Amino acid sequence: MSAWESGQRAVDTRRVRQVLWLWKMAWRDSRGGRKRLLMAIAAISVGMAAFIAITAFDANVREAVYTQAKALLGADLVLSSRQPFAPETEALLTALGGEQSREISCTSMAYFPKSAASRLVQVRALQGNFPYYGTLETEPPPAATAFRTGLQAVVDDGLLLQFDAQVGDTITIGGLTFSIAGRLKKIPGEAVAAALIKPRVYMPLAALQQTELLHKGSIVTYKVYIKVPPEVDADALLETLHAHLSTYRLTGETARQRAASVGRVMTHLSRFLHLVGFIAVLLGGIGVASAIQMYIKEKLNTVAILRCIGARAPQALAVYVLQATVLGAIGALVGGAGGLAVQLYLPRLLRAFLPVTMPLAIAWPAVLRGLGMGIGLVVLFALLPILAVRRVTPLLALRAVYAERQPDGRDLWRWCVLLLLIGSICAFALSHTERWTYGVGFCAALGAAFGLLTAVAQLLMRLVSNLSRNAWPYVWRQGLANLHRPQNQTLVLVLVLGLGTFLLTTLYLTQQTLLHHVSLANAGGQPNLIFFDIQSDQRDDVVALVHSYGLSVLQQVPFVTMRLVSIKERSTVELRAEKHIPEWALLWEYRATYREHLLDTETLVAGAWQGRIEHPDTAVPVSLEEDIARTLDVGLGDALVFDVQGMPVTTIVGSLRRVDWQRVQPNVFVLFPAGVLEPAPQFHVLVSRAPSPHLSAAVQRAVVQQFPNVSAIDLTLILQTIDAIVQKVTFAIRFMALFSIAAGVMVLTSAVLTSRTQRIRESVLLRTLGASRAQIRQILVIEYLFLGTLAAVTGLLLAVLASWALAFFLFDIAFVPAGLPLVVALLLVSALTVLTGMLGSRGVTTRPPLEVLRNEI
Amino acid sequence: MQIAPILDVQHVSKTYDTGGGPLTVLKDISFSLTAGTTCAIVGPSGSGKTTLLGLCAGLDRPSSGTVILHGHSLHLLREDALAALRNTYVGFVFQTFQLIPTLTALENVMVPIELRGDRRARPHAIDLLQRVGLGERLHHYPVQLSGGEQQRVALARAFISQPRILYADEPTGNLDAETSEMVIQLLFTLHRDAGTTLMLVTHDLDVAQQTQRIIRLKGGMIVEDSGPPPLRGPGEQGHECLGERPASR
Repeated sequence: MSAWESGQRAVDTRRVRQVLWLWKMAWRDSRGGRKRLLMAIAAISVGMAAFIAITAFDANVREAVYTQAKALLGADLVLSSRQPFAPETEALLTALGGEQSREISCTSMAYFPKSAASRLVQVRALQGNFPYYGTLETEPPPAATAFRTGLQAVVDDGLLLQFDAQVGDTITIGGLTFSIAGRLKKIPGEAVAAALIKPRVYMPLAALQQTELLHKGSIVTYKVYIKVPPEVDADALLETLHAHLSTYRLTGETARQRAASVGRVMTHLSRFLHLVGFIAVLLGGIGVASAIQMYIKEKLNTVAILRCIGARAPQALAVYVLQATVLGAIGALVGGAGGLAVQLYLPRLLRAFLPVTMPLAIAWPAVLRGLGMGIGLVVLFALLPILAVRRVTPLLALRAVYAERQPDGRDLWRWCVLLLLIGSICAFALSHTERWTYGVGFCAALGAAFGLLTAVAQLLMRLVSNLSRNAWPYVWRQGLANLHRPQNQTLVLVLVLGLGTFLLTTLYLTQQTLLHHVSLANAGGQPNLIFFDIQSDQRDDVVALVHSYGLSVLQQVPFVTMRLVSIKERSTVELRAEKHIPEWALLWEYRATYREHLLDTETLVAGAWQGRIEHPDTAVPVSLEEDIARTLDVGLGDALVFDVQGMPVTTIVGSLRRVDWQRVQPNVFVLFPAGVLEPAPQFHVLVSRAPSPHLSAAVQRAVVQQFPNVSAIDLTLILQTIDAIVQKVTFAIRFMALFSIAAGVMVLTSAVLTSRTQRIRESVLLRTLGASRAQIRQILVIEYLFLGTLAAVTGLLLAVLASWALAFFLFDIAFVPAGLPLVVALLLVSALTVLTGMLGSRGVTTRPPLEVLRNEI
Repeated sequence: MQIAPILDVQHVSKTYDTGGGPLTVLKDISFSLTAGTTCAIVGPSGSGKTTLLGLCAGLDRPSSGTVILHGHSLHLLREDALAALRNTYVGFVFQTFQLIPTLTALENVMVPIELRGDRRARPHAIDLLQRVGLGERLHHYPVQLSGGEQQRVALARAFISQPRILYADEPTGNLDAETSEMVIQLLFTLHRDAGTTLMLVTHDLDVAQQTQRIIRLKGGMIVEDSGPPPLRGPGEQGHECLGERPASR
């Protein structure tokens, strides 16, 4: 070995030893501070648990959607139509071969004789062996095949529970009574939540023909599920059918397309939950930054000593970066373990929204990704205060008085880290939102929330400070003064606790506003009961029946079903190929009505309303709802041709209306003037008002028994449905938001422990001066009470503001302030803060003064 | 014979910007120290003693003038180079001991050597701690040691890197008379054994008079300098030129 090589090796060895020393020093230096730092790390662990759980859950959902793609559809290909298949289509289906199942579905009332109760359901009449992939899960399992013959039905489990019906009981649909063969637990590719809106009842297809459900005007969907031979590619097959589908107004979907669309929906769900979970990570990060800042302030002298004895600034910095990295890794690992436990619970939490069966597997790559991101974020958050180590002058070890310090604002590295942190947060948001505008919006909203929380917290702190008067008892003044003590963490705590309060309260207030708005529709003589699918020859009898229950008929509205043939002289077949206008709008079976006047739910926004036509042979001036006009890309004067059950009717857009869809009224997209549609086949809707739910149920029962094809919907059902959906949605969000609260409590505990030494010194000093333990405890309670109240008031003020903004801008309804929940939230957050603070301050009043004073010297 | 000074301070001034305007702490200070000698900086509080010590050790930079330590112009060196210089040539003893509270006595002593990546830190540190009488207290934390013991650990730490120059800032300022005496004896013994140059800031004239040279500061200026000692053998002490000779030594 040459002298140069030997020298080089010595240098390398020395470098390795220097690196090893950094690790040793980081470990030794952390003595005494580990407990406090671990509590801060616990805050990030809570956030990480939420985040990793969602990341792993997301990966599992993707895997499940991929592996269960065919089971999501139950077949390789499904074709559907809103009208019976044409003979040409039947011929095509015969030619296609493979295995096929038929399904006809419609909406109807179901009547349970045992409980004498009725409810709107979705009837699915099935013939064949559908599903070919996956299973129709029923209880008992044989019911999934048994119901396909005779007069048997399988009914959604929730519906049976609601009406206390059992397997073996009966259910009446469309005038026929079926024996309930089983409870329907799961349908391939459908989320349980779908049953909240319309519970599903399966019956044999042959039985449907015997019911009175397939009348003119009924909303009926015809489907054929196809299992193609193994050598046939379903997607390629669908491509070849395109012309036929377009001509005969059919839609087709393959298993791959269904998997892609389910995948998109699930991605949206997991992305949203990711963002909610990410807030908990950010709160934990703020907690870490705050705790490290306090920690570093205590370490400045150690750094100065190290610098005096020859440590370079990067070495001193490295000691604390290593500590932060190790602590971040511990936090991420603990959070990862917690996240895996939560991940196992998430499928149960989100079961209602999952159309796939979730595997009980740990998605390691996703977990590792989450861990890496967590450690990175902790280090970035910790770097902000740690960077101060670089600027510690060794002179500080001699004397702090003349130590010249560069203000933080001029530190370029600090700005770089800050930008990197903000950039990372924005990058995360952008990668977890559908559009970049949403990502920017999330970041802006987050920034605004943090900014507003900070501003409100500072304002409140100033107010409290100004309120404190000399006339107040000493313990009150001291408790309040503690909020402003040097190195206080009041602002950080108000921020993290306030944000948690803000999230949970906003959810609750929004939920209450939505429900209150729907229930408002029940007031002031507004309609709350609608009967529909009434045939013309049944109309007078239904009216008489309603009157016999003492109810008045507020409106009778005739409906005529029609389809669009052409728009601006271009056929819908042509327009579908262009994909300029959404397919659903071109295929939609429009239910138009005719009358002379506009209703109070309608406002004319363009053109003029002509109430009656004397010469229907010319183009009819119709009124379009403004949104559907925008969707169809038509304006005033544009021509639309409708196929009114075989008869082409030429119209022009004579006016545009704005419709209040939130009212329980039979509103329509297309409104005809009187004098045109009267001779057309039509069905009727009858609007009434029942003064009580009991009477509403009674009249519905009577109508469904006498007129099995007539369906009814009442406000109670709408309320129950919205409540059930909102409950399920908000429960999932609330669960994630709880992590934010937990992170906030951890940060609070960490802050209490961090300032514990300072409190003990103050306590000893006060006791030396004659303060009793009770007085010191009172001071602590007052301090934490004000802290909790400040955080709660800040969070609640913002929650009210955000709930109002959501109601006004998103839901377009009036915000309903709820006083009691706000008071309860205020008390809860304050109590939680006091409890955490006092538990963390145990021993502060019992340490012997001499012991503390001796250590001071 | 011309011997190159280990420390050469020329026309050094130090001014701080304070809220009330510039504050000049040191004005036109010049002196130099020869290797192996001892020097005491004395003067009333606020005379600039500690500031001068800081400038001489490269802990701070002068507003004007030059400090040359072991041939290196400190004002030309960057922060990290200064740190490396301190690690190699400089030792410190502080009034408030300045031990790292989270390290044991042994770990505190090892730090300067470990910083260099030198593996011989441990046996050397144990040896030094035994020499200062703390062989039984190796694994005690600073808070578990008395003031005198802490200062002895600090002395061991200062000498472990075999510095060319040792700066001591009021090393007995926080100790009682008896302990002070013991620490000073130890300081001079270690200095003699290692041949280190010693620059000592003190209020205590008894301590100062044990050095070979005394520089008196007042109002940031040198008002009295006993001048460099005559050339003596290594470790020879004593001051005969300034003030009273100690009654007994």
